Amino acid sequence: MNNIIASTVVKARELTAEEIKEIEHEKTHYPYTQAVGLEALKIVQKYQGWVSDESLLAVAKYLEIAPDELEGVATFFNMIFRRPVGKHVILLCDSVACWMLGCDSLQGHITKNLGIEYGETTKDDMFTLLPVPCLGACDKSPVMMIGRETYTHLTAEKIDQAIAHYRDGTPVDQDLE
Amino acid sequence: MATDKPLTKNIEEGRAPFNFKKYTAAGGYESVHKVVKMEPTDAVELVKNAGLGGRGGAGFNTGLKWSFVPPPDGGPRYLVINADEMEPGTFKDRLLIENDPHLLIEGMITTCFALQSNCGYIFLRGEYTDCEERLLKAIKEAYDNGMLGKNVAGKKGFDLDIYLHTSAGRYICGEETALLNALEGKRANPRAKPPFPQVSGLWGRPTVVNNVETICNIPGIVTHGVEWYQALGKGDYVGTRISGVSGRVNKPGCWEVPVGITFRELLEDYAGGMQDGYELKAFLPGGGSTDFLIPEHLDLPMDPGLVQKAGSRLGTSLIMVLDDKTCPVGCIRNLIKFFAHESCGWCTPCRDGLPWVEHILNNMEEGKGSLKDIEILDEMTRYMGPGNTFCALAPGAVEPLQSGLKYFMGEFEAHINHGCSYN
Repeated sequence: MNNIIASTVVKARELTAEEIKEIEHEKTHYPYTQAVGLEALKIVQKYQGWVSDESLLAVAKYLEIAPDELEGVATFFNMIFRRPVGKHVILLCDSVACWMLGCDSLQGHITKNLGIEYGETTKDDMFTLLPVPCLGACDKSPVMMIGRETYTHLTAEKIDQAIAHYRDGTPVDQDLE
Repeated sequence: MATDKPLTKNIEEGRAPFNFKKYTAAGGYESVHKVVKMEPTDAVELVKNAGLGGRGGAGFNTGLKWSFVPPPDGGPRYLVINADEMEPGTFKDRLLIENDPHLLIEGMITTCFALQSNCGYIFLRGEYTDCEERLLKAIKEAYDNGMLGKNVAGKKGFDLDIYLHTSAGRYICGEETALLNALEGKRANPRAKPPFPQVSGLWGRPTVVNNVETICNIPGIVTHGVEWYQALGKGDYVGTRISGVSGRVNKPGCWEVPVGITFRELLEDYAGGMQDGYELKAFLPGGGSTDFLIPEHLDLPMDPGLVQKAGSRLGTSLIMVLDDKTCPVGCIRNLIKFFAHESCGWCTPCRDGLPWVEHILNNMEEGKGSLKDIEILDEMTRYMGPGNTFCALAPGAVEPLQSGLKYFMGEFEAHINHGCSYN
């Protein structure tokens, strides 16, 4: 689908001042700029929600990395989104401990309520549902993340509460997180 | 008196981790003050003699690993912490970082002095957001208090920087050479060994990659000495380690335990035994890439050698129980799906073999399998076995499958005839 290297249409956008500031900070951590590539993609994604072709080219240009090499990195890592995602990304753990405790039926619940399968985004662009490999909280299975927050001991009700919280700010019970 | 729980002594459920001041008041950073008065090579020797085995899963003697780093040549040398905890069923490094980040920092400083390194990286999985925030705070405090930066702990000429790198997924990053590629900003494919990272690692320079828990052991060993460390284990075993249990037990979790306790002690005394109505059918002793063991193995001490004799690996020592109400074929299918997804695609057996196995198991789930499939599965465990692949991902991935075929053949056959009969 994407062939940005050969594209004559897609042009690098201008990075914002905030993005540049954070990328410059990361540059102080490594002796070579190539090493900053992934962090820079994450910074861009933090501000833009995802990594568009224009963003990818901008980072490649800024760090003087070949665009195809950076694209190779961007597509390797599952937490870099090369397609638009919703405002909040729901990462539902589907690895073995969560599977044993019913993550498949929880996925069914989310799919029914939000009308999205894995890999899809709600029509209002609020939520994207993605499976995530073992989140390292197997003693509190089933688990998911929404954005940077981790939710443990999941039930259908807890998921509904968390989703309502992101939709309209309904407070979440303390014991949820 | 020195503690008998050096890894978790500062950890209390529900309480925020110690800041620098409290951590120091509780005896923290002692090992740094002690190590800077030693010869670096003596510090390596001390850790070697302690008998600490790496806690990432392979269990190799940590001091011995360090001793393979060549003498300084004036160029950079690196310590890299593998905090990319992604092995299914493993959640111990999260506990240590979230609840006592200064312990890891102290361990890194002491280790860097021993390795004569001036730079350390923590390679943290991106999903561990609480760990990220707490580590950043701890690192800043360490700089503010003279434990990082120029002349660490007042030792003239010992300069050290520690940086946090947060990753963005992919299990393969936990493989140490793939991790180094990722840290260099490349695709995380594994590298050929040799050369080993100790000789040619990050940016081609001498590099030691150690697991979080391994390095959290260093402050105790350097502060209290070899004799103290060795007495922590049960019987002839040395030290403590974080072991845990997940699945249908009464109290899933992880705890610091003396090395050498049996699986039964862990399962019953720590995890409170199986939940009512569920019986133990089998267990994975140390993560998703280890062979199943069965109840008759429960009285084995959690010792790498003995576990190997029983046909498995101790791995991360966080066990996952399979109960009698959960389908073993479905459990293996889930694990294979994980590994098929996480294969980096670099070498053929893994890239093609794992999706093939997943496909066969999916068919079986729906009752569309044939007896020939069992032969193919068996063959695949050898096709992807040790020596045929670039790294340990595929050989690990087929471990639950090969032991599953050994212990649950009846279940596989039943799936061929009727599909899955569990709900």
